[in-house]
Amino acid sequence: MAESFLLSFQLNGEPVEVAAPPHYTLLEVLRYKLDLIGSKQGCDKGDCGACTVQIDRRPVLSCITLGVHVQGREVVTVEGLTRPGMHPLHDCFDKWVAAQCGFCTPGILMAAEAYLSAVGRKVTRGEVAEALASNLCRCTGYTKIVDAIVEASELMAAEDEGKDDHRRAGNPSKTS
Amino acid sequence: MLRLPRFGVVTPQTVEDVVAAINQPGARIIAGGTDLLPNLKHRLEQPALLVSLSQVEALRQVGRDDRAGVVRIGAGVTLTEISENHLVRQLYPSLARAAGIVASPSIRNMATIGGNINLDTRCRYVNQSEFWRSAIGGCLKSEGTLCHVVKGGRNCVAAMSSDCVPVLTTLDATVVLVGPAGERRVAIAEYYNTDGVRHINKEPGEFMTEVQIPVPKGPRRSAYAKWTVRKNIDFPLVSVAMRFDLDADSPDARMTDVRVCVGVLNAKPRLIRRTESLAGKRLSDRATVEALCQLVYKQSKPLENVPYEAPYRRKMIPVYTRRAIEKMLAS
Repeated sequence: MAESFLLSFQLNGEPVEVAAPPHYTLLEVLRYKLDLIGSKQGCDKGDCGACTVQIDRRPVLSCITLGVHVQGREVVTVEGLTRPGMHPLHDCFDKWVAAQCGFCTPGILMAAEAYLSAVGRKVTRGEVAEALASNLCRCTGYTKIVDAIVEASELMAAEDEGKDDHRRAGNPSKTS
Repeated sequence: MLRLPRFGVVTPQTVEDVVAAINQPGARIIAGGTDLLPNLKHRLEQPALLVSLSQVEALRQVGRDDRAGVVRIGAGVTLTEISENHLVRQLYPSLARAAGIVASPSIRNMATIGGNINLDTRCRYVNQSEFWRSAIGGCLKSEGTLCHVVKGGRNCVAAMSSDCVPVLTTLDATVVLVGPAGERRVAIAEYYNTDGVRHINKEPGEFMTEVQIPVPKGPRRSAYAKWTVRKNIDFPLVSVAMRFDLDADSPDARMTDVRVCVGVLNAKPRLIRRTESLAGKRLSDRATVEALCQLVYKQSKPLENVPYEAPYRRKMIPVYTRRAIEKMLAS
């Protein structure tokens, strides 16, 4: 049988080293080896987006990414979406009641955060729909999710104008 | 829950080390893994060893080689990178478009052009769970001996569902393969055959390092059209790639060369024949567009291998061809 792989990468701003079997997906490494159970296992074959995390700031599906593939790269999960106080996405999801059962929420937050950080301005509803094309929600009908993300984009853009350094707390290397 | 079967993984850093690794028994290449891992979860393959290209920096370049008159795209370049690359957008807009509408954004961030070119064929009787397949006794491409698409058929007709391959076929691309015997080049139109089980003309121990696309020599228009059940995530139900070389850089110019390639019929993308009859005509002429759509319709015969009925899909091919041309001329 194949031996475990020693994996070292940046996880939510901190370096981690973890041993995992080579046939583990990134989602399995996160959930079973690192106890980060925010990323959800949904369809487990790349259709639903519940397992979305960021690798090098791009959203990817961790259920169809081999754990070995994040060697030396920077991974952010929903647990890394923190800062002193609440992230604007958290505030807006709360305000608009954008989570019902909540299972898709971690994946949607990671896809939305990657998109809003990349564009750095107020976005339209259509742009949000395109950016979330990988993520399915069976409860909300998406309306409230889109409302929340549009408002979060305004708040994040306003923060951007106030200061350059608005990114995730605990990840200073990437904020300058 | 869909667990992967047990396998080993190696992460070589150079092309030479990849060649050495894939010549071990039971070894298989993995690039982004977005198509392979679901297939492994469904037990469509059981490799002993995955040779990951994730650490091979040499495969992640896009560059123009003016001496050879081509643009070289490394096999490890992601579909997102291709759709955003300025050189690709400028010289090959149909490729940028095709790469930019594969599956969904998160998949395109991992999926590579090498994986899209070497994509396994798909069929409604194959891409199912092991449990689902066991109910019909499998098929030619999985555990069985029957074809459920063509009754009594002995040749697997699973479909080539890549978005980039029909486009690269119209652009006369060449794939570069490296193996124990060295490097060799294959025109992409010669890279596929009609056997859905082994549809790629690649020798064991070879792997694809890059794709080369000739730089256009004159004015050109190109387009890619894809019909899917949903707007995102899904594989195409039909796909059409087109390239029109023109005698002047104007929508009203005369065509000097026409290439049209249709995907998702069987394992081999179909390059439409007799398009030379359109040379000298103008795309702005409705009758010319209609003649082209008829050529495409007559030569494209979908099978019941992907969702939706084949006659419906066949009727939609000229519809999508016409719409793509109209959109191309309007832009």
